[in-house]
Amino acid sequence: MSESSGKKGASRRQFLTSVAAVGAGAVAAGAARAAAPDPLITEVQDWARATGDGVDATPYGLPIEYEGDVIRRNVEWLTADTISSINFTPIHALDGTITPQGCAFERHHSGAIALKKEDYRLMINGLVDQPLIFTYADLERFPRENHVYFCECAANSGMEWAGAQLNGAQFTHGMIHNMEYSGVSLRTLLEEAGLNTAGDLSDKWVYVEGADASSNGRSIPMEKALDDCLIAFKANGEALRKEHGYPVRLVVPGWEGNMWVKWLRRIEVMDGPVESREETSKYTDTLADGTSRKWTWVMDAKSVVTAPSPQSPITHGPGPLVITGLAWSGRGAITGVDVSVDGGQTWQPARLAAPGQDKALTRFYLDITWDGSEMLLQSRARDASGYVQPTKAQLREVRGLNSIYHNNAIQTWWVKASGEAENVEVS
Amino acid sequence: MSKFPKLTLTASIAALVLAMPAWAGSYGLGRPALPEEIAAWDVDVSPDGTGLPEGSGSVEDGEAIFADYCAICHGDFAEGVDNWPKLAGGADTLDHEDPLKTVGSYWPYLTTTWDYVHRSMPFGNAQTLTPNEVYAIVAYILYSNDLVDDDFVLSNENLLDVEMPNAEGFILDDRETSEAHFWTAEPCMTECKDTVEITMRAAVLDVTPEETRAKKVQELIRRTRPEPSREDVKAPAAPADQPAAEAVANAEVDPALAAAGETVFKKCKACHQVGEDAKNKTGPILNGIVGAPAGHADGFKYSKAMQEAAEGGLVWSDAELAAFLAKPKSYMKGTKMSFAGLKKDEEIEAVIAYLKSFQ
Repeated sequence: MSESSGKKGASRRQFLTSVAAVGAGAVAAGAARAAAPDPLITEVQDWARATGDGVDATPYGLPIEYEGDVIRRNVEWLTADTISSINFTPIHALDGTITPQGCAFERHHSGAIALKKEDYRLMINGLVDQPLIFTYADLERFPRENHVYFCECAANSGMEWAGAQLNGAQFTHGMIHNMEYSGVSLRTLLEEAGLNTAGDLSDKWVYVEGADASSNGRSIPMEKALDDCLIAFKANGEALRKEHGYPVRLVVPGWEGNMWVKWLRRIEVMDGPVESREETSKYTDTLADGTSRKWTWVMDAKSVVTAPSPQSPITHGPGPLVITGLAWSGRGAITGVDVSVDGGQTWQPARLAAPGQDKALTRFYLDITWDGSEMLLQSRARDASGYVQPTKAQLREVRGLNSIYHNNAIQTWWVKASGEAENVEVS
Repeated sequence: MSKFPKLTLTASIAALVLAMPAWAGSYGLGRPALPEEIAAWDVDVSPDGTGLPEGSGSVEDGEAIFADYCAICHGDFAEGVDNWPKLAGGADTLDHEDPLKTVGSYWPYLTTTWDYVHRSMPFGNAQTLTPNEVYAIVAYILYSNDLVDDDFVLSNENLLDVEMPNAEGFILDDRETSEAHFWTAEPCMTECKDTVEITMRAAVLDVTPEETRAKKVQELIRRTRPEPSREDVKAPAAPADQPAAEAVANAEVDPALAAAGETVFKKCKACHQVGEDAKNKTGPILNGIVGAPAGHADGFKYSKAMQEAAEGGLVWSDAELAAFLAKPKSYMKGTKMSFAGLKKDEEIEAVIAYLKSFQ
């Protein structure tokens, strides 16, 4: 917000100058008068006459039926079976930064399991002074912390490596959610079991494993484990949803979602990585020459315009238009987002809704007067480490087309005069 | 109480000491893990072989076990069925367009394969294979990748000796050096390029799920203009399988039993579908299975054993189905169904009642 607000006036004027030719038309449309009185106003409506639901109608509320299209969706052809698959957050229809749990994307390897708190056990073993077992009730007695973090699947935008494929921000960028977690730091639990036995911690690892049938497990360097990892049991104030690992999941801020082990059942201190299936055959990034990067844990800075976008077209015609989107970085806070309406020829700083937070989603806005002509809409994030979100061409130059994971390239929406938008690539 | 202040104090100190755990932790929460508990859960295997149990298995045995437990998804020759992972092939394709990444062409450590098969497979029936079965399956996967001969026997003794073709194919994350040019504090703001052309369009490919395709969006725009207020978009159809309603429709089925069967059916859902939109998946569609002749699902590739049973006139009566579900492999040797069986009679009865509600 701070650095963008200063330039806002100038850039907005600059933009208006460029659309001056049709500006008059837009203004006229904006001031259009109603031809006849609106019956929604002049006639007494049912909802203004009769009464609504009582307080006992909905003990736990769901979104109103009119929002029935704001749901997770999956892409059937992506995987063999929905039990080992992924769905996508409807980011095109959300605002703010917190993702409601009910529409936050899911990724399971053997389906979402129902595990009761009473049946929950967490084991810490390996190179610790005393291997321990915690119940859920035990976890609730450790000092608790609250943090907001984004969780992004490393495969988010993975279908777009070879070219524009899916028509919608939900599908191209929806493997992400952002929640406020309550839980205990992993450090606290490791120290409870004691790390003297481990000796020099600089070359030690922590292996974390889930209780579901996939037994998803990942190795995390001790430095990260002791830094900011969280054993979370609440998200956005309430218990985790089944699909997000109820009753306990691991939060690994800024790092790829696969490491955020759900239904966390075991933490093992080790002297090396396990090199499990999910950190060798998957979640490794193959380069053009056939060699593959491994341990690419950090999620690079990234952003996307969520509206207008293919699933959120402009429905109001020319005039005032809110361009909005999300930005995030696994390396720290977002420091700025630039938006281009001409496919990257010129950029203007967007307004951040709030100063960027460490490893959390940032909402940005660019309020323009749309002249009704085509736009090639892009956004470009910058983070606290000085990293600038690259173009697809820049990314492909280094990584080729076969990386699958970690595609953080700039996205382009071709917004047409009709208000429709399409996922495209530009030169 | 106040009569014996000293005594009370001493007693509470003693109680406090008893409550304090013996380990270093400052909160004293949790309890020590027992060796049996650690042994039950700590089964991961490291690249240096730590965690590998004693045992062995041959390619020959592996072929039979693979056919029973794995082939239904991964194919008889580990070549993969539909979208399920291919486990063999792909040698020297990693620098090609769309490389084929398999155990043979990509996996750097064989310990990973052993660990994964042991802990996470078979899909829908994980952690049921014995160590010897796992050695045999891994031996067969190696054979399918032309990495060992057909008389090879894999064991904890020789597993680390197997050379994995792509063992040296990995580098550590080097983004901060190879992509150092992305850290440009002052990105271009104006005149960043002379021209812009659209080089690729998603609409040309058109692989977006139906519901949200461009047509739908056009409709939305048409419907919402010129009225600025946004009409509600039609909610997606309710889930297709509504067993409760259908169970009531079928007079023969006890709804309570069918409801219990729905819970049991969760064990089957990894492979089988029922209901209106059901399709053949790893296993055949099960609508109308009770009372139907064996092998009745159109378009499903049944095992040879099932085809023979069908030719022999097998009909899935309650009794036959119950016998099959109790122990599939004993009932029908060679069935593709990699499910151990339902242990309780009441579970079998319930799941049959549930299946009857999908006639």
